[in-house]
Amino acid sequence: MIPAAFAYARPSTVDEALQAIAEGGDDVKIMAGGQSLIPVMRLRLAAPETVVDLTRVAELRGVRDDGDAIVIGAMTTHHDVMTDPLVLQHAPLIAEATETVADRQVRARGTFGGALAHADPAGDLPAVALALDADFVIAGLGGRRTVPASEFFVDYLTTALEEGELLVEIRVPKLAGEWGMRYEKFNRVAQAWSIVAVAAVVRREDGHIAEARIGLTNMGATPLRASAVEAALAGAQASPETIAEAARSAAEGTAPSSDLNAQADYREHLVQVLTRRAVTAAAGL
Amino acid sequence: MTAVEDRPGTDAPEREVGKARRRKEDARLITGRTTWTDNMVLPGMLHLAVVRSPVSHAKITAIDVSAAQQAPGVVAVYTGRDLADEQGSIPCAWPVTPDMVNPGHPSIAVDEVNHVGEAVAVIVARSKAAAADAIELVDVDYDVLPPVLDMEEAVAEGAQLTHDHLESNTSYHFVFDAGEAGTGTDTEQAFADAEVVVSRRFVNQRLIPAFMEPRSVVVQPQGDNYTMWSATQVPHILRVMLASVTGVPEHKLRIIAPDVGGGFGGKLQVNPEEVIALLLARRLGKPVKWTETRSESLMTAHHGRDQIQYIDVAADREGHVKGLRVRLLADMGAYLRLITPGVPALGAFMFPAIYKFPAYRFECDGVFTNKVPTDAYRGAGRPEATFAIERIMDELAVELGMDPLELRRKNWINAAEFPFTTVAGLEYDSGDYETATQQALELIGYDELRAEQQRRRESNDPVQLGIGFSTFTEMCGLAPSRVLGSLSFGAGGWEHASIRMLPTGKVEVVTGSTPHGQGHETAWSQLVADELGVPFEDVEVLHGDTAISTRGLDTYGSRSLVVGGTAVVKAAEKVVAKARKIAAHLLEASEDDLEFSGGKFSVRGTPGAELGIQEIALAVFAAHNYPEDVEPSIDADATFDPVNFSFPHGTHICAMEVDTETGMVKIRKYACVDDIGTIVNPLIVEGQVHGGLAQGIAQALFEEAVYDADGNLTTGSFVDYLVPSAADLPHFDTGNTVHAAPGNPIGAKGVGEAGCIASTPAVVNAALDAVRHLGVSDIRMPLTPERVWRALHQGGDGGDRATAGTNAYGGAQTESTAGVSTPASSLGGDR
Ligand SMILES: Cc1cc2nc3c(=O)[nH]c(=O)nc-3n(C[C@H](O)[C@H](O)[C@H](O)COP(=O)(O)OP(=O)(O)OC[C@H]3O[C@@H](n4cnc5c(N)ncnc54)[C@H](O)[C@@H]3O)c2cc1C
Repeated sequence: MIPAAFAYARPSTVDEALQAIAEGGDDVKIMAGGQSLIPVMRLRLAAPETVVDLTRVAELRGVRDDGDAIVIGAMTTHHDVMTDPLVLQHAPLIAEATETVADRQVRARGTFGGALAHADPAGDLPAVALALDADFVIAGLGGRRTVPASEFFVDYLTTALEEGELLVEIRVPKLAGEWGMRYEKFNRVAQAWSIVAVAAVVRREDGHIAEARIGLTNMGATPLRASAVEAALAGAQASPETIAEAARSAAEGTAPSSDLNAQADYREHLVQVLTRRAVTAAAGL
Repeated sequence: MTAVEDRPGTDAPEREVGKARRRKEDARLITGRTTWTDNMVLPGMLHLAVVRSPVSHAKITAIDVSAAQQAPGVVAVYTGRDLADEQGSIPCAWPVTPDMVNPGHPSIAVDEVNHVGEAVAVIVARSKAAAADAIELVDVDYDVLPPVLDMEEAVAEGAQLTHDHLESNTSYHFVFDAGEAGTGTDTEQAFADAEVVVSRRFVNQRLIPAFMEPRSVVVQPQGDNYTMWSATQVPHILRVMLASVTGVPEHKLRIIAPDVGGGFGGKLQVNPEEVIALLLARRLGKPVKWTETRSESLMTAHHGRDQIQYIDVAADREGHVKGLRVRLLADMGAYLRLITPGVPALGAFMFPAIYKFPAYRFECDGVFTNKVPTDAYRGAGRPEATFAIERIMDELAVELGMDPLELRRKNWINAAEFPFTTVAGLEYDSGDYETATQQALELIGYDELRAEQQRRRESNDPVQLGIGFSTFTEMCGLAPSRVLGSLSFGAGGWEHASIRMLPTGKVEVVTGSTPHGQGHETAWSQLVADELGVPFEDVEVLHGDTAISTRGLDTYGSRSLVVGGTAVVKAAEKVVAKARKIAAHLLEASEDDLEFSGGKFSVRGTPGAELGIQEIALAVFAAHNYPEDVEPSIDADATFDPVNFSFPHGTHICAMEVDTETGMVKIRKYACVDDIGTIVNPLIVEGQVHGGLAQGIAQALFEEAVYDADGNLTTGSFVDYLVPSAADLPHFDTGNTVHAAPGNPIGAKGVGEAGCIASTPAVVNAALDAVRHLGVSDIRMPLTPERVWRALHQGGDGGDRATAGTNAYGGAQTESTAGVSTPASSLGGDR
């Protein structure tokens, strides 16, 4: 469990980091909390030439209010995200999901940006970001660009980040109206990843569900939106029956994997149950 | 004050036995401020890294080590061929039948590999990192053969062979027939006459001991002497075995097990790497160290359990059991290690459990497969037996339409019937199953739970509730040496202790029972404090170094207190006897007039004439004044060999919620009342019970070593091999009844394995009780939500799991066996 030798850079600003990445050679890995990267290096499944450690880049940490959005710095740790008043006020779904991530030790080091950039299909935060329609701010030597969540997750462990780029911050739009949220995670032991999980964000209006956004964890190579359920719920009555009925299409358009924890057909079943539960709770029923 | 009390009560120190003392060793163990083997650093020490097979079954056609040899920091690279003449075979100390087939177990593969992770070469380098870096430079050519992975296929006609030089995949066929042994009636007849027969096939899955401290070994050569530090449970056994394997004479070999971080049977082994380290230290004349990674540990340290159990029970309509027939396929893995074949054979005697079966027959085939060998794991044979019997009793109860507890009551041994000789020929020592059961029922709040179960059933609640029992017993205190001899075990079961009285009155206790986390230092101190009347703090317990603790048989099989503790007590008795002579001399009194109490000899009828045993220690050290006919020492040794096992028992009850929509199972409540004889330290007992429960419940719900179709271990990291934490376990309501064991002066029966043996079937029975009315009669362990859901919605026992590891973590299942990072195995994507 010793990683192969690598060069190491520890910049203290985003610009320095981008420079270090550019100069790091062929295979550069950015390190945030190291909670996913280090194990994979120790298992020698990754052997980067250079590791660029972002822990000293202070400008990437913290959550700030930016008018119509809250902005979460990529290097904000899970612990800091979970306990941040802005997050709790405007995007409690993120706090709820982050609380289910791993254990205290991992949450003390692992970061919001690292989890999203890693894009583990079993990771909890990508589906949450997708359900909240978050925007990803990416910096490169040529400047910054913003990518919506719907375009950020490209494939298995693959995002819209190009070589030489850095995820800087995540903008989570503030929601207007009466919103309820729920993250329904299904796993076998407390510190484990999701077998399947469902992030539901629901806006209610006079006994109806005006809008529902549903993100699915581990139902394919990337996080997915349960569009069929969303469509069925839009404008529907907020009753257990309509929700149960809508949840039946939660597996539509998904392509879950088969592994030790669950074969694909079981995941397709689970996602329906969990969607029903998540939406019911988010709708305040 | 009554007339019989002739000394003031204030003098008598509080009894130590029975006190919930905090463990004196814990501060250093928990903070790590101690010597674990991997902490050892010796001048000039070299580091070993093992190149391991990525394939489960193959001929080795070529190994090219030249690139590795040239790598920076590398001193040497050895293959199996280089060590073939001196490595011998990993010893198997338990040939359970005279014609048992042992294929031989090289420490490094020479011509063929038989499981993934088998050593094929070893790198010696100046640093651990240099050794690890060179692994991927060793180029091995394999001629891959199809692996043997399924036991039922392996014993079928014309099966693919695990070892092509053997005739079959069967190592041995072990039979115990009570009719033939004269301990029971004819089993076939019992079944022929039976009104009811219930037959089941149970799968007792493969488990990984998963001890906390990885295995580690350091060897220091000095002239023709060798000192080995190893994270082992069995330094004494290791010494004998290594001497016979390597030819290093026993008196030239010193083994030290410093503080050892857990074992659960997983460190009751002579490891290939221990042999390799010794051979290479001898060759190179330099100290060497090997410490495994967690991946290596899960993949190559021996596994446990892995039986397919075919169980038939015969009974009459009223529920009186008439006969029990057990046939086992027991997975040996690719090779026989220290007691691989003996584990299922040890279980043979426990299948009849607490029930009065008139007839019993047991048969077991030891089967080779291309997987890592199995061997002892907490309970070793007894959890398998307990699972089978406690599960089949529930099945019989269902068949008869009887309450499962009523059926048990009808058949168990009554309190008045002890000592009781079972159909397996064991003499159970003491106990009371009824009282333990009553207490457990009260602890869990049985009636309330049954009422709730009823309500949930009637309302068709998606969450159903079930209650499961396990009224178990086990055999502990391994073991009477003569009995072990009759079972063809290669060693005895006695234990040794010595007590050294230091000049300042402090006491050194040397025990042969080497702890690896059980708290011997505390419990032994309590025993000695009571026996010698010295303060608890004045006692130091030494262990684990064959140069200090010269004789011993170490720690396993819940034997330490029962056998090792008794040796300590016997040694203390001898110390007191020797001190009595000195005291009589110094007090100028007759020995017969001396009374020993609270650490002091006093002369009966002469107030004030007294001498403490700690003062006597100083007097004998000075040796200025002692009787003519005795030696100037009150130190003493004792070796204790029990005449019988001890038989702890208990009633475990689990209440389980099953979410029928998802298949998720959750323990609502768990209560157990164990009879482990006299309790020396309630806190240690509670800890052992909790830890045992965690492991037993883990077998029922979480843990399983899974191999894919190629023989790769896909549960190769803790991401996929699910060891539960406190967060995943319920509160445990524990209690005790106390029936002192008659076989030892302490009265202890052993508690190290109880929770682990008892809990598994209680948990599975509880889950089945919750969903049986929905048509489910079995669910394979572990009860993953998927299996429960499948059993509920598709019938059957939940079936096989997919063998792919989870995609979490980038699908990193194990350290890549060859240590190579490939483009395909990197994190992927374009980051
Ligand atoms: C025991 C354990 C249990 C876990 N359980 C869960 C769980 O239940 N749910 C869950 O969601 N997660 C879980 N995780 C993962 C955890 O959330 C990690 O913290 C997270 O996946 C990665 O965050 P990190 O900051 O440690 O990133 P790192 O490991 O440092 O990096 C991960 C990847 O992202 C890249 N990266 C990081 N930051 C940036 C950036 N700013 N710009 C571009 N690329 C970047 C890195 O190059 C690397 O490829 C678990 C981890 C462990 C060790």
